[in-house]
Amino acid sequence: MGKNRTPYLLLLPGFGFLFTFFILPIINLAQTSTQTKIAGGDTGQYEQTLHFRNYIDAFVENKDQFGRSFLFATISTLLALAIAYPLAYAIAFKSGKYKNLLLVLVVAPFFTSFLLRTIAWKQILGEEGFVVPTLRSLGIISQSTTLTSTSFAVVMGMTYNFLPFMTLPLFASIDRIDPRTLEASGDLYANGYTTFRKVTLPLSMPGVVAGTLLTFIPAAGDYVNASILGDPTTKMIGNVIESRFFKIVDYPTAAALSFTLMAAILILVTLYIRKAGTEELV
Amino acid sequence: MSQKIKDATIPTIPLGARIQRWIGRNLIRIYAIFAFTYLFIPVAYTFVFSFNDAGKSNLIWQAFTFKNWQNPCGAPEVCNALGNSIKIGFLATFFATILGTMIAFAIGRHNFKGRSASNLLIFLPMATPEIVLGASLLSLFLVFKINPGFWPTVIAHIVFCISFVVVTVKARIASLDPRLEQAAMDLYANEFETFRRVTLPLVAPGIAGAALLAFSLSFDDFIITNFNSGTLTTFPKFIYVSAARGIPAQANVIGSAMFFLALALVIVGQLVNRRKVR
Repeated sequence: MGKNRTPYLLLLPGFGFLFTFFILPIINLAQTSTQTKIAGGDTGQYEQTLHFRNYIDAFVENKDQFGRSFLFATISTLLALAIAYPLAYAIAFKSGKYKNLLLVLVVAPFFTSFLLRTIAWKQILGEEGFVVPTLRSLGIISQSTTLTSTSFAVVMGMTYNFLPFMTLPLFASIDRIDPRTLEASGDLYANGYTTFRKVTLPLSMPGVVAGTLLTFIPAAGDYVNASILGDPTTKMIGNVIESRFFKIVDYPTAAALSFTLMAAILILVTLYIRKAGTEELV
Repeated sequence: MSQKIKDATIPTIPLGARIQRWIGRNLIRIYAIFAFTYLFIPVAYTFVFSFNDAGKSNLIWQAFTFKNWQNPCGAPEVCNALGNSIKIGFLATFFATILGTMIAFAIGRHNFKGRSASNLLIFLPMATPEIVLGASLLSLFLVFKINPGFWPTVIAHIVFCISFVVVTVKARIASLDPRLEQAAMDLYANEFETFRRVTLPLVAPGIAGAALLAFSLSFDDFIITNFNSGTLTTFPKFIYVSAARGIPAQANVIGSAMFFLALALVIVGQLVNRRKVR
């Protein structure tokens, strides 16, 4: 009897904390999302009227930003996967005794604040940086083309910032593959491509799923890259939520947008996990 | 046999084909070098510009100087912001590591009713975009008339750190050999002794890793902090706010110093580990 209580006692403090500061706020946010302005009240005063139209209004008004968020997040997740997979594979199978060192180097850029690094990109790609003048003098881009304040810069910044989130889970599952399975595949006359498609990739699927989720979710809600590297035409849904909250003090719309974003992500994630067929994620 | 054939044939292969073969074999290494270059370009940029004698706006290279490194607190507010980030980071790491480790042991070591629901509750904060976490917490604090500031920020950081601690520690628990604990029990250690002298030391590297992860997540967080910190400045917030009028080179000094400090910590930790294994 005493033994059966142990797990619950261990869970109690942590789950009590998560309930108070994660579940309750989410419930409260749901409640805020259907409020409307008190007639004749001050800015920021709202009452509950179960006004579900908030959701439709908020979505219709900001559908471009929603679309952009999911488009940018998808592109940068795919780019990060394309960059991180060979990198993780090289660290797992080709780095010999330097494996741990290289793994540390993947995480190391993390410790320079990500804002500093994003701003560094802005300056590298900006007018005063060395990239734009070089590309211009080589004739690769026209004299009037800029690299910052574009969708390209935002997507590149997101890909860059979430790359370690993609690389680490990929490495964890590729590193677990027994190299003998790859040799066996070669012995059975599979060429490199077939071995990759039939052996390496399926065995590394848990890492692919975890990495894409850890990249896609923060990317879809991100607004820092868009505000540093983009311009008003590259605004994402995160930018809208932020400004609704702080600049316009429109809590119901911000809440409705947050909820729509969260629901969309959860639905996509569930579908994706179903399709990818890995349940043991956490 | 095959070695002999290879040795014998190498001289007869033309240079072009040999280069081609070398590239084919090392393609993935070349690729990895490019990927690392991409990862480190902005780090190198930040480091180089920490030596820039730039005055207030560190946008264009002026002249080389050590004075930013000699006086990292020279820019107004920067060390105050750094101090806040470190304090918040330590507090959030401390609580998140304790709470998260307890949850990890419950889920990783026990079979109980509601285990999969517990897994879901741990996964949810990670699947929630930061902006939603930040906004929802702020709206709760507003309902209870709690002003955003130091402690609300600490609480917010604990919320998003717990899940990462649970996942990290749980992975370590799962990789333990259960026979080690059985052996301790066979040698008449009771449950508590087994935990203290066998299980805990074996899981400790996982807990240390989780704490390091929690600290770096907390230290670097901007979005959730921005929502819950009110007028309190943290290091990332300081950078974001000063970005408009130019970031002082002292921020680059601190960013680079953090980078080398963390790198040194990790490398020392690995060396200690290797010696232990021997």
